[in-house]
Formats: sequence, structure tokens, C-alpha cells
Amino acid sequence: MMLSITLPAIIAVLFLGGILAWLAERWKDGASRWVALLSLLLASILLAGYWPQFTDASRVGLWWDSLQLSWIPRFGITFFLALDGLGFLLLALTLSMGLFGLAATWRDIDFRRGFFYFNYLWTLAGVVGVFTAMDLFLFFFFWEVMLVPMLFLIAIWGYEQRLYAAIKFFIFTQASSLLMLIAIVALVFLHYNASGQVTFNYRELLAAELSPTAGYWLMLGFFIAFAVKLPALPLHPWLPDAHTQAPTAGSILLAAILLKTGAYGLLRFTLPLFPEASIAFAPVAMAIGAVSVVYGAVMAFAQRDMKRLVAYSSVSHMGFVLLGLYALNTIAIQGAVMQMIAHGLSTAALFALVGALQQRLHSRDMDELGGLWAGLPKLSAVALFFAVASLGLPGLGNFIAEFLVLVGSFDSGRWVTVVAAIGLIGAALYALLMMQRVFFGEAKKINTDGLLRDLNGRETVALLALAVGLVFLGLRPQGVFDTAEPAVAGALQRIDSALAEKSRDAVPLATSNAHSTEARWPHSNPEGGISP
Amino acid sequence: MEETGVGIVGWIPLLPLLGFLLLISVPLVSDRELPEKATAIIGVGSVGLAALLTGLLAATHFAGNAGATLAVSLWQWLSVGGLQLGFDFYLDWLTLVMLSVVTGVGFLIHLYSAGYMRGDSGYRRYFAYLNLFVCAMLLLVLADNLVLLYLGWEGVGLCSYLLIGFWYRDPANGAAARKAFIVTRIGDTAMAIGLFLLFNEFATLNIRELIGALSSAQPNDATITLAALLLLGGAVGKSAQLPLQTWLPDAMAGPTPVSALIHAATMVTAGVYLIARMHPLFVLSETAMSAVAIVGALTLLLAGCSALVQSDIKRVLAYSTISQIGYMFLALGVGAWSGAIFHLITHAFFKALLFLVAGSVILSLHHEQDIFRMGGLRRKIPFTFICFLIGCACLAALPFTSGFYSKDQILLSAWNFHRGFNGIWLAGVVGALITGLYSFRLLLLVFFGREGSASAHCEDANRPVMTLPLVALAVLALLGGLLAPPLQSVFGAAGGHAPMWVEAIAIAAPFVGIAIACWLCLYRRTPEKAPSTLYKLWYSGWGFDRLYDTLLVRPFVALARLNRNDIVDRFYSGTAAASRQLHGLISLSQNGQVRWYMATLAVGTILFLALLVAL
Repeated sequence: MMLSITLPAIIAVLFLGGILAWLAERWKDGASRWVALLSLLLASILLAGYWPQFTDASRVGLWWDSLQLSWIPRFGITFFLALDGLGFLLLALTLSMGLFGLAATWRDIDFRRGFFYFNYLWTLAGVVGVFTAMDLFLFFFFWEVMLVPMLFLIAIWGYEQRLYAAIKFFIFTQASSLLMLIAIVALVFLHYNASGQVTFNYRELLAAELSPTAGYWLMLGFFIAFAVKLPALPLHPWLPDAHTQAPTAGSILLAAILLKTGAYGLLRFTLPLFPEASIAFAPVAMAIGAVSVVYGAVMAFAQRDMKRLVAYSSVSHMGFVLLGLYALNTIAIQGAVMQMIAHGLSTAALFALVGALQQRLHSRDMDELGGLWAGLPKLSAVALFFAVASLGLPGLGNFIAEFLVLVGSFDSGRWVTVVAAIGLIGAALYALLMMQRVFFGEAKKINTDGLLRDLNGRETVALLALAVGLVFLGLRPQGVFDTAEPAVAGALQRIDSALAEKSRDAVPLATSNAHSTEARWPHSNPEGGISP
Repeated sequence: MEETGVGIVGWIPLLPLLGFLLLISVPLVSDRELPEKATAIIGVGSVGLAALLTGLLAATHFAGNAGATLAVSLWQWLSVGGLQLGFDFYLDWLTLVMLSVVTGVGFLIHLYSAGYMRGDSGYRRYFAYLNLFVCAMLLLVLADNLVLLYLGWEGVGLCSYLLIGFWYRDPANGAAARKAFIVTRIGDTAMAIGLFLLFNEFATLNIRELIGALSSAQPNDATITLAALLLLGGAVGKSAQLPLQTWLPDAMAGPTPVSALIHAATMVTAGVYLIARMHPLFVLSETAMSAVAIVGALTLLLAGCSALVQSDIKRVLAYSTISQIGYMFLALGVGAWSGAIFHLITHAFFKALLFLVAGSVILSLHHEQDIFRMGGLRRKIPFTFICFLIGCACLAALPFTSGFYSKDQILLSAWNFHRGFNGIWLAGVVGALITGLYSFRLLLLVFFGREGSASAHCEDANRPVMTLPLVALAVLALLGGLLAPPLQSVFGAAGGHAPMWVEAIAIAAPFVGIAIACWLCLYRRTPEKAPSTLYKLWYSGWGFDRLYDTLLVRPFVALARLNRNDIVDRFYSGTAAASRQLHGLISLSQNGQVRWYMATLAVGTILFLALLVAL
């Protein structure tokens, strides 16, 4: 069964929920967060409508659902949303992390609450749009929608240097998305030149024939925009500031979800749209990924600010995603997909824990913290769990992700993989040092005011849910792989046929070159509706 | 083969896991701490039941059947692009031996801990960690594929970290714990790369499939050598062999039963297990085999020398553990697989015994660990003394103790492997002499001679619950030599003879060591002289810590600190600053004075015209 209006409904629920939350706060103090909770729950219920597809092992074809409405026909722009397994996984991550962020910081916001939850929900709506838009114009639209509310979240409710961090975040992302916009327009234009048809439709643009040079430059435009988001070295400096200065809920959104849009973009757009250029660029991208892994780990090790440590650990972990995606084989890309989810869970939890500490102790400085285990045994034990997840302990999702990425990329680049594997040692260094400096050792003066309270029920349930999720991903990950498989295979098929073409060019026995991927995409149906 | 009792196998690691989960979930349901008795029942009982199940399994499936194997498939872990991994267990006699050691010795040490840790505020946490450790160690030995093995491998590393740093208030314990985790992780990373290489080469990580594929592989192939060396990297990390041995002496910061279980009997022998399990890979590479043998020989000598001069009772035992595992590596390197595993078993018995007795001594002396403040304790705590005597006799491999049989087998194989006199064998014999020397030096200093400053306050701290494990381990240590397991089905037959005089030397070597020990400790117990350079070098474990500190740790930390503010960010803030400067520069021109505007306008026009003319 196709619930073809479900996707726009999810987005609409979040947009409208945001507006309602803003209004509700005027009506009654604290009502906004209930509105936010309800709209997130409603969106989750709508998404749960796809559960039959998720559990159906025999499902065929790539797309679970799609909806295409005419929007600006003159420029071939359509309102085209579609969902596949990859999209479903990421939507599930988005909504559950949205709920987690809400629950973990339920009482944190004490001024302009209505506007806070408005921005919170609009960011989520933008992300949902990004994960489902199959029209490049629409994609770009949502890409911008998720940034602006995020900017407000950092600039208004952030910590000491919020304005600096917000502006930095904005400049980095805006400059890079400008590059993407140029690349999108150029791609559409080149496609128009070749085919005489103006379209922003992703499916149709996949067929665009590009000269190698043009393809390479356009690929770079997309790559840089996504690499900033990821973030990859050397485009990462916005991240430590933005993550550190953002309010806890904002950090959770940033780390758990927004970074994943970059990875998603690479997998959904950069690789399939520009397969030849991506093959040519792959060694560079893998090297960037591996260096990010090590560099992020070393930077995390050197930090004093606990939140900054977690932020830099994200640079390290997302390096694995880049490495895996550009290894261009199933094992590594599946590992990268798993890393998106597992890193989302583990880092969201770590940010929630730092936020919980900050709220209790008003400090994130690890030189001032210390010996918290005695006073906060529950919080410390939970932190230990997520620190250990972060360093990639087998049995948890992060290990599966990193192991698959490394196994897969070993095939494509041995030395790069060895460098990235050294990042495993780095992860142990910073994660254990954080445990030592914050939770072990002698209790410091700052903690002895007797007002310390351990995790309450709400926080415990929220954090344990993520812990269970990570254990599940570590022991029974196959569901994720099966769900993501068609999208991964689709991207790889483009790569493989480009490779085959390349080798055919080398051996002049070439005959036809039909793109067999065509059949996998949904029919474009301007009336809206239904895919095969 | 589908047989009854297969279900038992899954329960063996599950029980300690359930114990762990029960113990950690106490704060979720109640604000009150679980009583010690209940904690001990859960913590000790789970491992005890696992031991019982192992016994049952041995009786139903393995007794009298030297070739028995058992494969148990729990669920499919993952299947991605050609990489198939199952949560599968595989049991043969090697597995069974390891299972028995882990659950059996593990149970005894748990039981001892129930008494030893009484009154500690972290009683529940202690047993939770310990149960998790047993679970991970069982997964390690049961695993049918290398990734599941790696899961157990890292799991035991984590528990080792947690238990070394158990008394977390002292930062020194935390440092020792982190050192242990990170040094072993360096080895683990090498091992992980080895797994990538193996998968790349053979397209499987299932141990039996790998071994099947290896049967048709070319000997001394570069890839195989590299893979074997990388696995060896993992093994030397976990088993504290050269050059990654530095973490084990520091690991003594943990509670003493932990040292007995993790850092003597089970976890540190995981490297030996790994190499024995993957022996078809190692035999294909002469380089790798020689590397294993040389690592073992060097380690046993260097660590033995360090054990000679230590003053802390636990550090003597720690260096002795490194040295004894060196013997096992030596055995592996000369292809004496059964000998290595046999020594692993006997060592688990007598070293666990020695550590537990050391724990009793430490407790009896109110947490005194310096052997120079002990002395003459044999009259005050006679039971403890007898246990320690048995342990030392086994460690020194005196005839008819268990250590004698296993060590003898190793020396024999070393002799035969190179068909006669060779350096590896000589290292083993010299090591046997050193072992006799340091073990009886320890015994004599603690229990004989004059009473030291701490001996006066000695009172027997053995609780009944601690006595039972000591007796059981003492019996096992004495008679364990009769327990040589039938490992031919795993490793193939071993055998061979050596000339009489070779045997005689091997038997005599520890006695020479003991004689020297008696002479040094009883007749020449002179006041401390200024320590010689050699003494200091040995005392510091040959200066490896200092070497690594200077070469690796400090440069790394300095570099990381130096770049704390992220040099990449400097580039961007540089750009920002430059544009701000530029902005300032340009805004200078907007000064509101009309003559300036007129002048610039004129100059601009002239330049523009000049440009036109020039073109």
C-alpha cells in the first residue's frame, strides 16, 4: 500500500507544529514543548506507516513511496518527494533523535521557549525534506530551510560565544551551499544543452551526459557543500565552535542529524550523479577521510572543554563515513550508513550528558571537573557506556560501522585504511582521558556542594533507550543493511557501469551502453502519486 | 552435528552476562545498595553455574572422545557484500580446555573475591565487571570467526581497564588502567589490520573456512607472513610480550583477585590461544614462527631478570607472568602447540594460586606489598605459607609438580625443533634457572629469615570462603600435570626424545636457581647497598617505559597540546582578519572630505584614460 501523502504530511506536521508551538507559548507557559512533543510523535506515527515495507523481506524495487507535484513547470521544477530504505532509516534517526533531544533537555530552555521550539521543529522539518526531496531545486530549498532555524538556535540560546559560533556556522554553510547551487544550476543547464529539456528532477538528471571536465567541477561543487556539513578536513572549523556553543538540544540536532545530511548528500547525489568524476576523486576523498579520522582524534585528545572534545570526536567519526563512501564497495558503504546511525546515537547521548553536567555544575572545563563517579554513579556509568561506544567497542553499533568501513576500504586503499585504523587508538586515547578527567580521580571542590542530583527518570529512560539501540545495532545490524541495500546498490551500479565504460574505452570493442539503473527509479508522474 | 546439550553451550557465556546485567540494573529499581550477600550469590553463582555447565558439556560430549567437536549457531550477525559473519560458536578440545580454565579458575577466584572484597563500597560494581569479563573471555574462546573473537578480545580489554582502575579515586590507578587499554589496543589495531588482510586474501573470516583455505596456500607467501605477524602483534599486546609488555606490571594496581584472574590466568593468555587457534596460518611462514619463538625467548629472559630485583610482591608475580607467557610463546614458535596450551593450563593453576596467596599475605599485613618489610611469616600464617610454597614449587617447575611436566615438554620440543643444541632451548634453560631463583627469592624473603617491619602486625586474614579456593588451586597446581588434555585432534601428534643429559640439565636448572636464591637470601642478607646500574635497569623493566615515554608519549602530547587551537582554524580566522583589515583600509578612503573624493576621482579618470590610450 502506498501512503503517498505521508511524506508531505510528515513535513507539514513539523512545520505547522513549529508555528503552533510558538503560538501556544503565548497562551500558556511551557505549552510549546508539549506541542513540540505531540507533533514529533505524530510525525513518528506517520513514519511508522512504512513499517510493513521495513519488515517485508521480500520487498522489491528501490522506492517505497513517492509523490510528485508540478511546482514551477517553466523551469522543470517539481515538488518531488520519495522515500527508499536509506531515506527511511535516516528519517527514523531524525525523528527519534528529535524526540531524544526534546526529552533530554525538557526543562533546559527558560526564555523565549515558543520561538525555541519553533526553530527546533523547523530544523527537523528541513532535514526531513532534505532526506526525501528528489528534485534538486526542492532539495536545495530544504537544505536552506534547515540552516536558518539552526542559526537562531545557536545565536539565541547558545553559550558564552554563541554569536561568533553562529556566524561562523552560517558563513561556512552558506558559502558552501552557494557552490552547490551553482553546481545544480550548471548541471541543469548542461543537461538542457544536451537534451533540450529543462528539469531539476533527480531521476532525469542522472541520465545527463557530462564531459569529464565538467563532471569533475560539478562534482567538486557538490562535494565541498557536503564535505563542509560532514565535516571533513580542512572544512571542519565551524563544527567545534557551533557544537560547543549551541544549546544542548541544538548540539544533539547538529551532531546526530545535520552532519548526516552531508553524508546522505554524498551517497544520494554526488556518487550517482557524477560516477566518473567520483571514481577519479575517490583516492583524494579517502585520504581526506582517513586524515580526518586521525586529526579529529588528536584534536579531541587535546581539548579541555568536554563539549569540544565530543565535537572533535565527531570529526574523527565522520571521517570514517567519508572513507567508507569513497571506497566504492558495498561493505564500506554499508559501514558508512551504519556509522551515520550509530554515531548519531552515541554522540547525541554524549552531548546530552555534557549538557546534564553543565546544568548541574555550570562547567564543561575538564580541569575543574573530576571524581564525579562517587556523586553521580548513574550518570557516570551511562557516560562510560557511551564513551566506550565512541571508542568502537565490539558489540555496539559503532564497531560494526567502523569495522565494515575499514574492511571495505582495505580493498580500495591499503595505506589509507591503515592510517584510519590508527584512529582506533586515538579514539581510545580521548575517550578514556575524558572518563578519567571527568568521572575518575579525587572529587574536586566544584562538586561538593551537596546539590548534585543524579540522572532523573526522564533522562535515564532517554539515555538507556539510546544505549539499547546501540547494543541492538551492534548485535543485530542486518536489518539496517537490508533496508539500505537497494540505495547502496543503486549508487554502486552507477559507479560500476562508469568503471565498465572506462575499461571499454580503453579496449576499443565498445558496443552499446544502456543505463540499467533506469528501471529502478520511480515513474515521474506529474499528477502526483504512485510509483511501481 | 545436532546433538542434545547444544543448548548448554549458549548458556555458558550467557549466565555471566545475565549476572552482569542483573548487577548493573540494581540502581534502576532501587535506591538502596544490594546487600553483599545477594551480590556475591549473583556474581559468584553465575560463574559457578557456567562452570557446572562446562563440566556437563565435557562429560556428555567430550569425555572419551578425543576428536569431538561441536558447532553451535546462534544467529546471523551480518551478511554484507560477501562478508558473512555468524554469532557462532565452535568447540573442540582446545576450546573445552579454555572453557574449563576460564570458568573453573574463574569460579574459584570469584569465590575468593567474595571474601577478599568484603566491605568495599564498590562490591557490586566489582562483581559486575568481573562477570562481564568472564562473559567476554568465554566469547573469545568460543568464537567461530575472528570478528566474534575480536569482540571477546576487546571486551576482556575493557573489563581489564575497568578493574585495574577499580579504585578510581587514585589517579595512578586510572593511569595504569589507561596504559593497559591503550598499549593493548595498539596490538589490537595491528590484529584488526591482520583481519582486513585475511579477508582481502581469503574472502572469509570464519576460522575453520580460513584454515581450510590455508591448506592450499603457498608456504612463506609474503601476504601470509604479514598476516601472521599482524596477528602476532595483537597477541603480544594482549599477552604482554615484547615490545608491548610494559602495561602488565602497572596493571597490578587493580585488586589482587583481578590480577589473578585477568592478568595471570586467563586474559593475558589470550594471545597464546589466538596463535594456537590460528596455528595453520603460522606454520605456513617460517618468519612468523621464528618471530614467535624469538619474542617468547627474549621476553622470558628479560622479564625473568626484572622479576629478580622487584620489591613489590605483586610486581614480582607480574614479571613472572610475563616470563611464563614467554615460555608459551617459545613453545608456539617451535610448534609445540600442545605444550604451550598445557603450560597455559598449569600456569593458570599455580599463578592464580600465587596471586591469591599474595592477596592473603597483603591483607594479613594490612595492605603491605613491600617484600623487604615482610619476612618470617611462615610461623604466623602457616596455611598461607604452605599454599605459597606449593605455588613457588610449581612455578620453579620442581619435579612432580604440574609446572614441571608442562615446562619439560616445552624444553624438549625446543631441543627437537632445531635437532639439537640451539639458542631457543638455551634461553628456556637459563629461564628455568632464573625462574627458580626469583620464585624462591620471593618465598624466602616473605616467609623465612628475620621478621620485617610489617611482619609484627600480621594477622591471618583468610576467611573460610577464601580458604576453599586456595586449597582447590593448590591441589590443581600440584596434580595438574596429570591433566594433559588430548589435543592431538587439534594440533596433530607431538613427540620426540632428547638425550639423557639434556633432560638432566632441564631438571637441574631450577635447583641451581634455588640454591643461588638460598645463598643470596639466607646467608648474605646484608643491608641494602647502593643499587648498581644493572639493578636499576632491571628494576625499571629494562627502561622500556622511559623509552616509550620519550619517543612516543611526550612528543605526541606536546604536539597535540601545541595544536590545541587547531591550526586549520587559524587559516580561516586569518582570512577573516585579513578581510577586516582590508575593510579598514578601504573605509579610510571614505573620509567625508570632498577634496579627497575629487582627487581620487581625477586620478582614477586619468588612469582609466591612460589605460585606454595604451590599449
